[in-house]
Amino acid sequence: MGAVMRSGMQRRLTSWAPVRVYLRDWTFFRRMWWSVMLGSIIQPLLFLLGVGLGIGELVDNGPAAANVLGDTSYFAFYATALFATSAMFVLSQEAMWGTLDGFQWSSAHVAMISTPLTPTDVAIGKALHYAMRALFTGVGVALVLALFDDTRRVGLLLAPFGSVLTGLAFGLPIAAWTGSRTTDASFPAILRFGVIPMFLFGGAFYPITQLPGWLQPVAWITPLWHGVELCRAMVLGGTSPAQMAMHLGVLLAFCSLGLFAMTKTFAARLRA
Amino acid sequence: MGSQQSPVVGSSLVKRFGDFTAVDGIDIEVAPGEAFGFLGPNGAGKTSTMRMIGCVSPPTAGTLRIFGLDPVADGRKIRARMGVVPQLDQLDNDLTVLENLMIYGRYFDLSRKAAAARANELLEFVQLTEKADSKVDPLSGGQKRRVSIARSLINEPDLLLLDEPTTGLDPQARHVLWDRLYQLKERGATQVITTHFMDEAEQLCDRLVVMDAGKIVAEGSPQGLISKHVRREVLEVRFGYGLNESMVPKVDGVGDRIEILPDRLLLYSDDGDAALSELHRREIIPESALVRRSSLEDVFLKLTGRTLVE
Repeated sequence: MGAVMRSGMQRRLTSWAPVRVYLRDWTFFRRMWWSVMLGSIIQPLLFLLGVGLGIGELVDNGPAAANVLGDTSYFAFYATALFATSAMFVLSQEAMWGTLDGFQWSSAHVAMISTPLTPTDVAIGKALHYAMRALFTGVGVALVLALFDDTRRVGLLLAPFGSVLTGLAFGLPIAAWTGSRTTDASFPAILRFGVIPMFLFGGAFYPITQLPGWLQPVAWITPLWHGVELCRAMVLGGTSPAQMAMHLGVLLAFCSLGLFAMTKTFAARLRA
Repeated sequence: MGSQQSPVVGSSLVKRFGDFTAVDGIDIEVAPGEAFGFLGPNGAGKTSTMRMIGCVSPPTAGTLRIFGLDPVADGRKIRARMGVVPQLDQLDNDLTVLENLMIYGRYFDLSRKAAAARANELLEFVQLTEKADSKVDPLSGGQKRRVSIARSLINEPDLLLLDEPTTGLDPQARHVLWDRLYQLKERGATQVITTHFMDEAEQLCDRLVVMDAGKIVAEGSPQGLISKHVRREVLEVRFGYGLNESMVPKVDGVGDRIEILPDRLLLYSDDGDAALSELHRREIIPESALVRRSSLEDVFLKLTGRTLVE
């Protein structure tokens, strides 16, 4: 063949390229992983103590509680949603500032494509990093929920994977958007008008059947509601396999469309 | 085919961004082991050309072969054998100097051990071993540039692309860099360099093309270009701002050719001192007069009517 190989060093071309991208992020992340872990425990703990116990006291003693939540305590109902909401918050930020960093500030993504890596490798490598971040978050929530009688269930072992799926359903589409940005000007608006409303209306604090009828379909198309329902069911059960499959399907659809869009915007950005 | 194949061959290369044509149909061929330069002012199309050669920016038209391969179809394979020093350092500010090199080596699929060994060797080569564990930010401009060069060598590239390697560096840092690049050339690596400094082009390049507005306006060795396009020496005379042009009729015939700049006149001749004597004989006394050897700057001025660094 025509390729000239210099002696002394082998140049292998493998499909491990996205892992190389992931390892760059890990090299940066591992210096602070314990403080991130600590945050992943303290944050859900604060939400639980503030909302779960306080409002739980009101709700569980209220007259309508038995109709709406069945025999689930409000504490368990809200606590299990944290698998999804925490992952949403963490990965939204990671997909915004944490990703723009590689294009604008640390230049990591820009430097990568002068090597055998491609924009698609960069996109998939980032997705691996997001998955790891979401797993950290989910494990933090599981550790906290293991402290309480109401939520100490074997499903806690499974639910962090629900966090990964929910987190990616947000992180990947947002990262695709970030790939097309040169500044962070639009990010606060995404949080204020996208992420926070979902937090409020996505079924974390109350079942969406409590919403007015015309507002319920809005919840159906948000990834958060599917994530909340999936994670809650993983711990507390009570959801049919068909419903589980539906939630899984919607989340996977958001993930795959997001990743596809990421490969497009990353390529357009890095290969001009 | 084989080791004597030209690493870079491009014909009728065009790069457009919307309506703007950055590179307007250039032909280039870089020989193995050669240090090849693109000389031109900012906006001449040098960086766009480099990005096409670097397989990160597909040509809009024309054909380009790197190591005989197509950059669009075989970009991965080509980049595996190439080292790139971009115009602005793309060092990773989140990582240390050593991590920058090691992580980069991993992108080329070096094993951890090989990457570490190579990184340490290269830090020694650029004399930054003591900065291995420093973050990138506190380094000086010259040190960052040296880290960039070390990083670009992690895969033992057959072809090294250097985009304005010394822009923004002080003279001392430039000379350290030139010395390293010269050593690399001695070892046989093909280099493609862009610069808007004529002295850098003269120092580093065996052969170069002069670019202006996306086109190649001249090609040759630095000395060959000088002897082809301008006289051996230049007499630079200053008569005071705004007065230079009015002096042109009086100095007519003193040199073989006159260039008029806002702040001075350039009189080209094979003997600058003789030209100066002629001025004195005509009793023309400039504010200042200087005889120097002609440079690529003069070639550029003649070909484009403009100075390189404005």
